[in-house]
Amino acid sequence: MTVIDAEILSAGSGRRRTSIPQRVQPLAEVILAVDGLTVGTARADLVIDVSLEVRAGETLCLVGESGCGKSLTCLAAMGLTSEPLVVRNGHISFLGQSLSALGENQLADIRGRDMAMIFQDAMAALNPVRRVGMQIAEVLVVHRGLSWREAERRAIELIDSVGIPEPEVRSRAFPHQLSGGMCQRIMIAMALACRPKLLIADEATTALDVTTQAQILGLMRELQAETGAAMIFVTHDLGVVAEIADRVAVMYSGRVVETATVDELFEHPLHPYTRGLMACRLHATTTSHGRIAAIEGTVPSPSRRPAGCSFRPRCSFGTDACHSPPVLSRVVGDHRAACHFAGDFA
Amino acid sequence: MMRLQFILGKLLRGLLTLLLAVTFVFVVLRVSGDPVSMMLPDDTPPAIVAEYRVSLGLDKSLPEQYVRFIWSALHGDLGYSFRNDRPALTVVLERVPMTLLLGLSGFAITVVIGLLTGIAAALKRGTSIDHAAMAFSIFGHSMPNFFLAILMILLFSMTWRVLPSSGGATWWHLILPAVTLGIINAGTVARFTRSSMLEVLHQPYMRTARAKGLRLTRRVMSHAIPNAAIPVVTVLGLRLGGLIAGAVVIETVFAWPGIGLMLVNAVSQRDLPVVQTIVLLVALTMVVTNFVVDLTYGWLDPRIENRQSKEG
Ligand SMILES: Nc1ncnc2c1ncn2[C@@H]1O[C@H](COP(=O)(O)OP(=O)(O)OP(=O)(O)O)[C@@H](O)[C@H]1O
Ligand code: SF4
Ligand SMILES: [Mg+2]
Repeated sequence: MTVIDAEILSAGSGRRRTSIPQRVQPLAEVILAVDGLTVGTARADLVIDVSLEVRAGETLCLVGESGCGKSLTCLAAMGLTSEPLVVRNGHISFLGQSLSALGENQLADIRGRDMAMIFQDAMAALNPVRRVGMQIAEVLVVHRGLSWREAERRAIELIDSVGIPEPEVRSRAFPHQLSGGMCQRIMIAMALACRPKLLIADEATTALDVTTQAQILGLMRELQAETGAAMIFVTHDLGVVAEIADRVAVMYSGRVVETATVDELFEHPLHPYTRGLMACRLHATTTSHGRIAAIEGTVPSPSRRPAGCSFRPRCSFGTDACHSPPVLSRVVGDHRAACHFAGDFA
Repeated sequence: MMRLQFILGKLLRGLLTLLLAVTFVFVVLRVSGDPVSMMLPDDTPPAIVAEYRVSLGLDKSLPEQYVRFIWSALHGDLGYSFRNDRPALTVVLERVPMTLLLGLSGFAITVVIGLLTGIAAALKRGTSIDHAAMAFSIFGHSMPNFFLAILMILLFSMTWRVLPSSGGATWWHLILPAVTLGIINAGTVARFTRSSMLEVLHQPYMRTARAKGLRLTRRVMSHAIPNAAIPVVTVLGLRLGGLIAGAVVIETVFAWPGIGLMLVNAVSQRDLPVVQTIVLLVALTMVVTNFVVDLTYGWLDPRIENRQSKEG
């Protein structure tokens, strides 16, 4: 089925789709563009042909079940993949410049200053034998040329700004002396230190209670409004997605299977997988771990994906046609899905 | 409070180690042969032998000798050398600086070569630098120290004639024994440093350091090494103790006038007080080193105090 057919079908279905809500000015500068990214190990491809784009002031949410490749996509976007991972294919450009054209030292100058990442497991991501205040200050010393004294004073302000009480005392703590939630906020403070143009947050608020989470999301928004930063936000929590996202990319088994603006996605999910997620959300939003409630069946392991559509074993709409792999293609406006029958659902 | 308890516990354990070492030597020396008959010619009249025995306090029963020995040791009196009529402690202490000089020079060589080789191997993992470093490590690890010592003498003193092989008269004399001692221990330290570094380099916080935009030198110096150092310090501490033991062999081969050479002579001459004093000193060094290592450990690894207080 062609794209045009799909549009005719959707028009025929009688829904009003003339004004697709656009929160973002289409002219805003593209901060990060990932094109055809494939990352894998010697044994299997873990991220396959992923293309993403975030513009200044825009928030892109990455959602999908555990192991679908969200974190790896983020790592690769920062140019941080290291053995056993190899980037097999694809092109990443940051502020119009190709990352692969930059040397390791040039990349180092960009990382932490212009692009920053908040890692998923904050406790492990902090150096256990260094005081947390010093770990934050280090970014400012390296990128802003501050003196250590100055940088540590600034670090205390940052710790304060992420809502940690007694920031002077905490800045002298070691990671193991802080709770998981506090470590996560330390990581956030570290990432925000240089007011980056691109902020990648990998489950940055997962370990936080609702109040703190709201506070942190507010803080990120504030920064975004001030600096026009682009943000990639990985989360399992569709509630957070609804609150924070401009655009959403849904990943399944290493691929992006659907992307759309947030309103479009929540109102008209096209891919059966996304529809499953949404349905689960209606019944019980999230499980107690904040994870997306399960769709029947399990994600295939990267080394044993079925031929054709990876979602086929779990898909109730699958037919023989699904033995050939679907391509992520435009269905309506800028709404893309990778399903042979996406048009029928529109 | 926890800290104090921890330190006291360690001290107590250290003292116990000392006591065990000294007791062991005391008993073995006395059971393994009669010192008096070894000191005097075979045809000495029995009366003189008996007189000698009394004068050295060897006529008493073993437990009585032992109690006397411990009692005087506690008062700082380790007896008189059987061979020359001076306090054993004085005789031994005269030789200590030479052993310290050799031991510490060897240790410095171990630390510098071991750490640099290990770190380089880890950073260049899988390259020829790594392979060369590991070959060196296996060499140092598997080669008996006396064999390397002899090899060094053969090469540097006999074939090339560039360095003196025996005695301790000049600084030149220090080079061969110190390098031998250093190389033997550097292998183990290098291997340990490498594996410790490799483990640390794969930790998530090293990825964070990269994501923060730190360059390699800073990542290694201020993030990897402080973590990798924790287990390496233990090995170094043990090596420092081991170096003293190794020095005995090395001193003998190179005729280096330290307590190692003295110990070998004292054992063959059955100079019991001197042997006991040396063993006590060596054991004391080991205990003190271990103690210092434990303290350093707590200082290097901020997590340790928590663990200790949990255990305690
Ligand atoms: N360093 C690595 N070496 C080998 N395989 C890896 C590595 N890191 C991740 N993987 C594999 O890649 C796949 C994707 O991992 P990734 O961490 O990107 O998932 P994720 O979507 O972030 O999941 P989660 O929601 O649990 O964080 C998983 O199958 C994982 O086992
Ligand atoms: S392509 Fe087929 S199997 Fe895959 S999601 Fe669409 S309908 Fe289901
Ligand atoms: Mg992840």
